[in-house]
Amino acid sequence: MTRYVVKRLLMMIPVLLCVAIVIFTIMYFAPGDPVALVLGDHYTEEQYIQTAAELGLDKPFFVQLGIFLRDTFLRLDFGTSYVLKTDVATELMARLPRTVIIATVCCLLQIVIAIPLGIAAATHQNGAVDKLCVGLAMFGISVPGFWIGMLMILLFSLKLGWLPSSGVQHWYSYIMPCVANSLMGVGGMTRMTRSQMLEVIRSDYVVTARAKGVPERSILYSHALPNALIPIVTYIGTHFGRSLGGTVVIETVFGIPGIGYYIMSAVNNRDYPIVRGGVTLLALLFCLVVLAVDILYAYIDPRIKAQYENSGRKKKPRTPPKAKKEAAANG
Amino acid sequence: METKKENKLLLSVRDLTVNYETKDETVHAVNGVSFDLNYGESIGLVGETGAGKTTIARSILRILPTPPAKLVRGEVTFDGHNLYQISEEEMRQIRGGRISMVFQDPMTALNPVKRVGWQIAEGIRYHEGLDQKQADEKAVEMLKLVGISPDRFREYPHQFSGGMKQRVVLAIALACNPDLLIADEPTSALDVTIQAQVLEMIEDLQRHRNTAMIMITHDFGVVAKSCNKVAVVYAGEIIEYGAIEQVFERPMHPYTVGLFGAIPNLTTDVDRLTPIPGAPPDPTDLPGGCKFLPRCPHATEQCKRPVPAYTMADGHQCRCNLYADEAKPVAAAQAAET
Repeated sequence: MTRYVVKRLLMMIPVLLCVAIVIFTIMYFAPGDPVALVLGDHYTEEQYIQTAAELGLDKPFFVQLGIFLRDTFLRLDFGTSYVLKTDVATELMARLPRTVIIATVCCLLQIVIAIPLGIAAATHQNGAVDKLCVGLAMFGISVPGFWIGMLMILLFSLKLGWLPSSGVQHWYSYIMPCVANSLMGVGGMTRMTRSQMLEVIRSDYVVTARAKGVPERSILYSHALPNALIPIVTYIGTHFGRSLGGTVVIETVFGIPGIGYYIMSAVNNRDYPIVRGGVTLLALLFCLVVLAVDILYAYIDPRIKAQYENSGRKKKPRTPPKAKKEAAANG
Repeated sequence: METKKENKLLLSVRDLTVNYETKDETVHAVNGVSFDLNYGESIGLVGETGAGKTTIARSILRILPTPPAKLVRGEVTFDGHNLYQISEEEMRQIRGGRISMVFQDPMTALNPVKRVGWQIAEGIRYHEGLDQKQADEKAVEMLKLVGISPDRFREYPHQFSGGMKQRVVLAIALACNPDLLIADEPTSALDVTIQAQVLEMIEDLQRHRNTAMIMITHDFGVVAKSCNKVAVVYAGEIIEYGAIEQVFERPMHPYTVGLFGAIPNLTTDVDRLTPIPGAPPDPTDLPGGCKFLPRCPHATEQCKRPVPAYTMADGHQCRCNLYADEAKPVAAAQAAET
């Protein structure tokens, strides 16, 4: 098992390198001139050349790439923002906790709400409870988080005055963004839990358990649920990974200075160091989440654990690096 | 205890009728099945795939998925309790405690994420009120009994072979000393050498503990080896029912005769086996009279009406009009008695 984890950690190095190179290249060839953006409307030729040299943008592509990779991976230095002139690594670290809090709380909300709803729906298949749960799930999936977010601001901030409409000054500032952001995940996971449970409670070993005289509750929680968990855990993992970088809209609606918001404005300003550093950091986090999910599998299903332990030097069982890279780059 | 209970009625199934009902169609899986089983006796339910054998077994344990399954009518009486009138909680205590079941496919019958020992101990814990430690000890005993080394107690099902898994399933089923064991094609999914092993083990344990048994199979050889009585099931009906010697020496129903004709004979030289022509009827659209009518070489006009079960002088029962005359004096005698 340790061997497997170490192997997976080593595999992350080429993945991160690829992500870094791809994002660097995309930004390099993207239209827009950061030097002009830094200098504003009026500048002389001389100023332009001088600024480009300061930012290191006068060098050829491969030299710039080399410097970027060296700084990022060997010195852990993400550079200085072109526009804000602040250290990118420090800024990212200051913003990361806010994004992580939202992603984590959303994750917990999903588990706490969606799994019981899904189980209830599955055990009352086609009944009123099922219809209600599926209806709620459908609502969660179909309604955009930002819209619910705005409605919530209207109601709880403007009308009732219970919660602040923006910022992160208090712990309760996080309530509305978390709820709004988790809606979709809750909906999706309810459906996922329901369909998985429906499949599992029809399986032979559940019949065996029933024939053994195990009470229905224990059948659900100790026989069926552990077997239904694998896809559910996968879903939570990907959703968590995506939440890390993908809460831009929610962060914008609620005025939360998180990572997504930071990267988004940097893209508009052609502030390359922030974009590169941010995306590389998110890719790292995403890889770690995926690894955590894979390790979790081993604790849920002994067959997967056996597979990991036997894998030796054979090729990796799941999650090709390409998929991870794409998902991370999307963030 | 054994002598005292020898001839006491343990299980009585009366007119059991089960349908699978969906919006589009109704499958008549079991149609008026009746049979009795005494303590320590074993009965073989023989029939081809889809004849309704498994549905009979599962409706005795009340573990059919409802919906779509629906008990239309009938009674299952186990040791004086009507199993369809007691509460779910009482039924739960009977399941695994007094009636237990061995399933067809050992590959899927065990929970893949639970340790084998835990799965055996689980039933013991619920039925005998033992704590985890005591239940574990008993589970180890059960493992030894089915010939598996106790140090495999903490392993998972995927680490076991098919035959061993079936022995684990057997250990689960016998862990609480049930009065009745339902074995639903326990050897169909195993290869032939392992089949013999598992069968022998079932018989051994069953005789040793004086457990009554319902053996579901499509293999007359298995029935001959391990049962006292046999019921031939066709399209959800018992078409022939009797002691093992009666049915094997004198198969009465044309279907049973046909089945025996399809078994290769070791003593005579046969080039081709004789199959029964045709196929079993569609259970969503059964013929009104004799279910075997379309395939029967002896069919008459009378067979288009429902056929009762005729009882012969020796107790051998058969649902075929060919034996109506032979059964008449018996029926008359019974009528006189009551």
